[in-house]
Amino acid sequence: MININIKKTLHGVNGPMNLDIDLSIKQGEFIALTGPSGSGKTTLLRVLAGLEVAEGEIEVNKSFWLKNNKSIKAKKRSIGFMHQENALFPNMSILQNLLFVINDLELALRLLSLAGLTELQDRYPKTLSGGQKQRVSLCRAMMRKPDILLLDEPLSALDAKMRTQLQSKILALHKEFNTTTIMVSHEPSEIYKLSTRTIILENGHIIKDGKTQEVLLKSQGSQKFSFEGELLELKEVDVIIIAIVAIGQQIVEIVVSKKEALDLQVGQTVIVGTKAFAPTILCPSR
Amino acid sequence: MFEPFYISFKLASITVLILFLISLPLSWYLSQTQSKIKPFIEALTALPIVLPPSVLGFYILVALSQNSPLGTFFKDTFDISLVFNFTSLVIASCFYSLPFMVQPLQSGFESLNKNMLEASYLCGKSKLQTILFVALPNIKPALITAIIITFAHTVGEFGVVLMVGGSIPGETKVASVAIYEMVEIMDYKGAHIYSAIMLGMSFIVLLSVYTFNAKHKRKFGL
Repeated sequence: MININIKKTLHGVNGPMNLDIDLSIKQGEFIALTGPSGSGKTTLLRVLAGLEVAEGEIEVNKSFWLKNNKSIKAKKRSIGFMHQENALFPNMSILQNLLFVINDLELALRLLSLAGLTELQDRYPKTLSGGQKQRVSLCRAMMRKPDILLLDEPLSALDAKMRTQLQSKILALHKEFNTTTIMVSHEPSEIYKLSTRTIILENGHIIKDGKTQEVLLKSQGSQKFSFEGELLELKEVDVIIIAIVAIGQQIVEIVVSKKEALDLQVGQTVIVGTKAFAPTILCPSR
Repeated sequence: MFEPFYISFKLASITVLILFLISLPLSWYLSQTQSKIKPFIEALTALPIVLPPSVLGFYILVALSQNSPLGTFFKDTFDISLVFNFTSLVIASCFYSLPFMVQPLQSGFESLNKNMLEASYLCGKSKLQTILFVALPNIKPALITAIIITFAHTVGEFGVVLMVGGSIPGETKVASVAIYEMVEIMDYKGAHIYSAIMLGMSFIVLLSVYTFNAKHKRKFGL
């Protein structure tokens, strides 16, 4: 059981902000932490890890990591932490990176094999791809068999294919070691796949906390599609106007009337929606 | 005949060793702190670069002489004189060459990725372990630069040694002072030989530093 009750004043882009979190987490939960940038997600993670100070209490499995302004140092907390990127030690091989934490060869080899890295164990970080580096980083975070695994947007610097691969590794390790995991993420699909509970933070406060499916579906869908995109161009063709909109990686054309076009401006962020009753799913043919 | 070179190298080796031990914690502190006194410490450490060696030499002489509290203390307690001997040369060199050790180390430490250092703490490692096993091995070019340049700079010092050490043969007469004296007595042959050795050595030292750094960059991409 983990109890967190912390307060901290942050200096964000929009002036000072109060981080005020009161949270209980059960052993073995996989929590996704999401919300707009600057809402305090990363700070919460760093306070938990002992990298930043805060007021309040943090209690993990009946021992206090933070109480009455007494804080246990980062190195003494049972934490596995995975940075967004660039956290491997370049002077050590992959295996040495793991053994630096704890000299347990058996565990290191088991983790590397679970992550599919066995063949790369003698290579140096510089020669690895971004996805491989993050897998090493994940293995290293597990070396202490931590009470809490903290993932700070671990996949945001990777492409879609790498991301899917790594998601399954994270889930596998989470289950294998029965650890409690907190992951900061912006990707609804990632949150849906991995987490059991989702917490949405805004301006330093928890605004939603519940089962992932409930939180995501309530806030994201009401039986209709809508996508946010950027309006790239308005083309006049005869009597109609075609709006070119970039949605993620796709460029789509949407017919709008002249009257509708009056309200639109190129460069604007727009929402493209449809009220289809029975959407169809197509498999992309190759 | 080459005794002055021997003294120069002995002096430089001891100075490098002492300065490395002093500069390691100092440069680490400077690289990590956001304290308001940081600029003051930085300015103090950089002073020997801009001060005329005679000014530095003068103050060290005043501070260490037998009339000063420090000089009296050492004279009375250990019966050691702190001026005009080899010990005084070491003390003076440590002041004189301090910035050449601190600055490369500090900028090396500053260039390290913060995530990487945090990762080391989160791996359960102390600051000392992090400095020795993570920070230092990853700033090898800066480390080599600091050591070699400090060494070379100490070998090349002239004004401070002359003021604090005098020119006692076999004790404080280093190579650069020897050249000066040869010119004074118009022994141009000796001055030529000594100067050529100094020139050649300095070039080789710098060449090897730059070669090493280029190689290291290719290998680890740091």
